[in-house]
Amino acid sequence: MKLLSKLWAYRSSYLFIAPFVICFALFIVIPIIAAVGLSFTYYNGIEKPRFIGWSNFQYLISQDLLFLKYALSNTFKFAVIVGPGGYAASFLLAWLISRLRGGVRKWVALAMYTPSLTIGIAMTIIWLPLLSGDRIGYLNSLLLKISFIDVPKLWVTDPDLLMNSMIAVTLWSSMGVGFLAMLAGILNVDTTLYEAGKIDGIKNSFQELWYITIPSMKPQMLFGAVMAIVTTFKTGAIGVELSGQNPTPEYAGHLIVNHINDYGFIRFEMGYAAAISVFLLLVMYGANKLSFSLFNSNDE
Amino acid sequence: MQRRCNPLKPSGLAVKFGFNAIMIVLSLLMILPIIYIFNHAFKPYHELFIYPPRFFVQEPNVQNFVELFWVTANSIVPASRYLFNSVLISVLSVIGVTLVSALCAYPLSKHPFPGRNLLFATIILMLMFTPEIIQIPRYLVVSNLGIMNTYWGHLLPVLAAPVGVFLLKQFIDQIPDALIEASKIDGANEVITFLRVIIPMCMPAIATVAILAFQNSWGNVETSALFMQDDEMKNFPFFLSTLTNNLANNVARQGAAAVAALIMLVPNLIIFIILQSKVISTMAHSGIK
Repeated sequence: MKLLSKLWAYRSSYLFIAPFVICFALFIVIPIIAAVGLSFTYYNGIEKPRFIGWSNFQYLISQDLLFLKYALSNTFKFAVIVGPGGYAASFLLAWLISRLRGGVRKWVALAMYTPSLTIGIAMTIIWLPLLSGDRIGYLNSLLLKISFIDVPKLWVTDPDLLMNSMIAVTLWSSMGVGFLAMLAGILNVDTTLYEAGKIDGIKNSFQELWYITIPSMKPQMLFGAVMAIVTTFKTGAIGVELSGQNPTPEYAGHLIVNHINDYGFIRFEMGYAAAISVFLLLVMYGANKLSFSLFNSNDE
Repeated sequence: MQRRCNPLKPSGLAVKFGFNAIMIVLSLLMILPIIYIFNHAFKPYHELFIYPPRFFVQEPNVQNFVELFWVTANSIVPASRYLFNSVLISVLSVIGVTLVSALCAYPLSKHPFPGRNLLFATIILMLMFTPEIIQIPRYLVVSNLGIMNTYWGHLLPVLAAPVGVFLLKQFIDQIPDALIEASKIDGANEVITFLRVIIPMCMPAIATVAILAFQNSWGNVETSALFMQDDEMKNFPFFLSTLTNNLANNVARQGAAAVAALIMLVPNLIIFIILQSKVISTMAHSGIK
């Protein structure tokens, strides 16, 4: 009874949160729970899901050669470079920009942020002519001109080069929301801390960065890290878009997200696709946990 | 934006100038592909195919714009219909996302209702995941709701924007409780307080959430590809993806595609330039503590 009257007392709060909570539950929470549920079934989209226990996961980690040989190692390589690499680049750029004075700062920040606006379909269109495999491709043309290469390189269709192109393009567009958060964080560090630091014997900018700036903006750095992880793992289509082939040539750009779509929307083995998504969700959760333990500001 | 006086100023004017110059060159390198796409969109045919390729357009014209809209003018669904869908959906979703997120963020920040911590923890948890990974169950939800092939199918899935609620909640945390108390003493109820105190105080955060919602919905291919069967219900980015499917290693239609890329990019860019300072001031409160 006491709880009920308490709930009733806050009825307006519940009304306020209702629209979001309903959408949030329907389109994010329930799908994640459903994905976990489906991952233990055989489901082809037509018949009812049939419970098959851990078989999907067993197949995934022991027999799915495409997954083990390409998707897993490609995603690992892609994520390790694009995730921490893009994050470090965002932070470094944000720090450099914060040291600019006057009106220039705004425009430099804008220039860094603009590429992230092209994420998705526009990115393909921008990069295809630049990376085109014939001599008309801008990169090929330039490199031929300065005699760096002898024959045009197939930047997006050669299996040896596709992954590098994917990484380069993704890094280029990685100064997004996380970058803005970190820039704002650096700009808002309390000025008196720097003055105090100077008195305490901080000699150069790097000491200042390490002992004052970073500890003061841990919360923004954590937000940036979470955003970096999300962007890294959701990027999947880029290999297909750049190379124009699905699956990518010799699976060179095959990421876990592609593997999910492959099973979910092409082979209609949705139970198995769900198992792969659950695996990816666990990986993302692990990466986030790691960031939380690195940047947690609660225990200090 | 709080400007701090840097205690470790580079000693000479030359150093400062050099640093600025390096940063400007770096920025130009970053936006090189963007400058390029602007040029590409205005190139006439003979310049698109020229060898060696030229970066800058020599004789700009609007032939590519004409081509993009004429190429589909005679088909059942013209490009303008996709564009109309995109504009409508984006406008509705910007209004919807900001309203729904603000409504949720206010109690989440100021009312100690039972379940608040659980909800906030769930939102933080879901920040970590991304809808791209759970497309199949999302598809099942949408088809069971019976909103396939309707504008609701475009709109409702994007209304659940944990990042928006999170940013607004962190921003509302900064608003002193005294202001809300004062409004209540003056006899305002929750709705009036929300409209008269909370909304005006967190305009920067609302602007930020609106920008993110616009970016998200303007470039969204997922809802069109999965939840819409009829072509006249699909949006502009989806149309683009059909246009560019065979574009890889192919020069034909590059001009039209460049125009389309501009249409995708320019609205985002303009809105961001206008609201940049508001975004930065919101992001200062974005930290996860």
